[in-house]
Amino acid sequence: MNAIELKHLTKYYGKVRGIENLSFDVREGEIFGFIGPNGAGKTTTIRTLLGLVFPTSGSASIFGLDCIKHGTEIRKHVGYLPSEVFYYDQMKVIDLLKYSASFFKKDCTERIHELAEAMELSLERKIEDLSYGNKKKVGIVQGLLHGPKLLLLDEPTSGLDPLMQKRFFDIVAQENKQGVTVFFSSHILSEVQQLCHRVAVMKNGNVIRLESIDTLRQENYKKVALRSYGLTAETLGLSNVTNFHHENGTTRFFYKGSAQSLIQAVAKHDLTDVVIEDPSLEEIFMHYYEQGPA
Amino acid sequence: MTILVFELRRYMGSLMGWIASIVALLVMFMAFYPVLAQDAAMLDLFLEHYPEELLKAFGMGGELSLATVAGFFAFSFAFTQLVVGAQSAYYGFHFMSVEEREMTADFLYAKPVSRPQILLAKYGAAGSALLITNVGVWLGSFLAIDLFRGDATYELWPVVSLLLTVPVFQLFFFSLGFVVTAVSKKTVSVIGAAVGVSFVLYMLNALRRIVGGELLGLVSPYYHFDPNYILLTGAWHPLHTAISVSFIIVANFTAVRLYLRRDLRSAT
Repeated sequence: MNAIELKHLTKYYGKVRGIENLSFDVREGEIFGFIGPNGAGKTTTIRTLLGLVFPTSGSASIFGLDCIKHGTEIRKHVGYLPSEVFYYDQMKVIDLLKYSASFFKKDCTERIHELAEAMELSLERKIEDLSYGNKKKVGIVQGLLHGPKLLLLDEPTSGLDPLMQKRFFDIVAQENKQGVTVFFSSHILSEVQQLCHRVAVMKNGNVIRLESIDTLRQENYKKVALRSYGLTAETLGLSNVTNFHHENGTTRFFYKGSAQSLIQAVAKHDLTDVVIEDPSLEEIFMHYYEQGPA
Repeated sequence: MTILVFELRRYMGSLMGWIASIVALLVMFMAFYPVLAQDAAMLDLFLEHYPEELLKAFGMGGELSLATVAGFFAFSFAFTQLVVGAQSAYYGFHFMSVEEREMTADFLYAKPVSRPQILLAKYGAAGSALLITNVGVWLGSFLAIDLFRGDATYELWPVVSLLLTVPVFQLFFFSLGFVVTAVSKKTVSVIGAAVGVSFVLYMLNALRRIVGGELLGLVSPYYHFDPNYILLTGAWHPLHTAISVSFIIVANFTAVRLYLRRDLRSAT
């Protein structure tokens, strides 16, 4: 069974587009990256899944249940971490977490303490006294304390220091090993690269690409740097070259095609240095945003 | 901890402040009664020096003499209504919109609880706070009357009849706040809106007293539940009560429907 299924999901806020005609599935047990710049529609998608906003058309289901008709049942099995965290300022952290646990009708005390210890979160402090990073930790604990089957993470690492980001990734990976499906929205490509199995690339409310991370990496895109004098795109004699530019005596470009053709073309020139490497996901995605479909 | 208990705890601090203010207002006003009642003739002479319009605007110079317990209580109760109206409107503007204003909606509504359950619990908590206030108004009224009436007598039933209007009066303002926030796409400044609504409707009724006629009063619960009328007749005005009750039903029906399908605002 798919954990999430979106069918032509569309959300308009009045005349303003949130998402348009989104259709994709998230398989049970996978970590699914949902990547795109601000305003691409990532948060709208997640908030529609949770029934916080209502779709204009299309449908969304989680574990086979319609997100609008069966929202209450669905949310028993979902943990959600919003990108911006706001809680009741006058409460102590422990009281907020107990309040959160009370909705799930099970004893979450042990898990609360485990997670708080892992995230180095003080339970006795008032919410209003916490830094943004610490509020984010509260969000992580409240999202995980009930042992959800699906985690909806909306830019979860903003505000966390690198050490806490690593701990958080470890927790997410551990949850995933135990069968938890993770829907991971982010605009930070390196963290998606690090965690996710598949990724959907969003632009202007649409998915412009949906691939496994491995496929994206093996797209035959190569990042090439040549140290040579007088080299131009024309003299190089290669097709499928993009981002061609010179910088401090080095010619850099992206090449998509066979390695054989690349080596043959490069070998014709008098070079003092050659670097051919895989581009990072970030570089691949920037390529999509600059040149991909609208 | 259920939402109801959680919400009730949140109300408790400010609720005690509201009740203390209302009781203090009632007692403070009635404290002037013994002095004024001592010499009714002097009081009438004193009031004659004020413009008739001003006296009407403040609900004085009617058929009930200020020298009687009922007359003076009617005068002081009009100001109590102003505070009760502001408090009820405040709760109406506040009770559902607070999660969106304070950006905590994503926390609460992402939990396994339906919107009707959230609405019912929050309505129940706000309703309980209004009910407790109502008890405070009753106690404060009888305390104020009995502390300062001296040997003067009054009929109990008209006072009880007036106090029985308080829940409907509260619900009118509460429902008004509720429906405005449900219709509004943007968040409303709660304190400003509550005080504004209470005062504007009060002024409409004051204006009606000056210019005469009924039209301006028909939209104002201060006219629907005019203390002078109820303490004089011992009864509620049937048409005015029907207008208030109809508004409450329509406003709540509309607000509930809108809230159940509302797109909740997010922080981003």
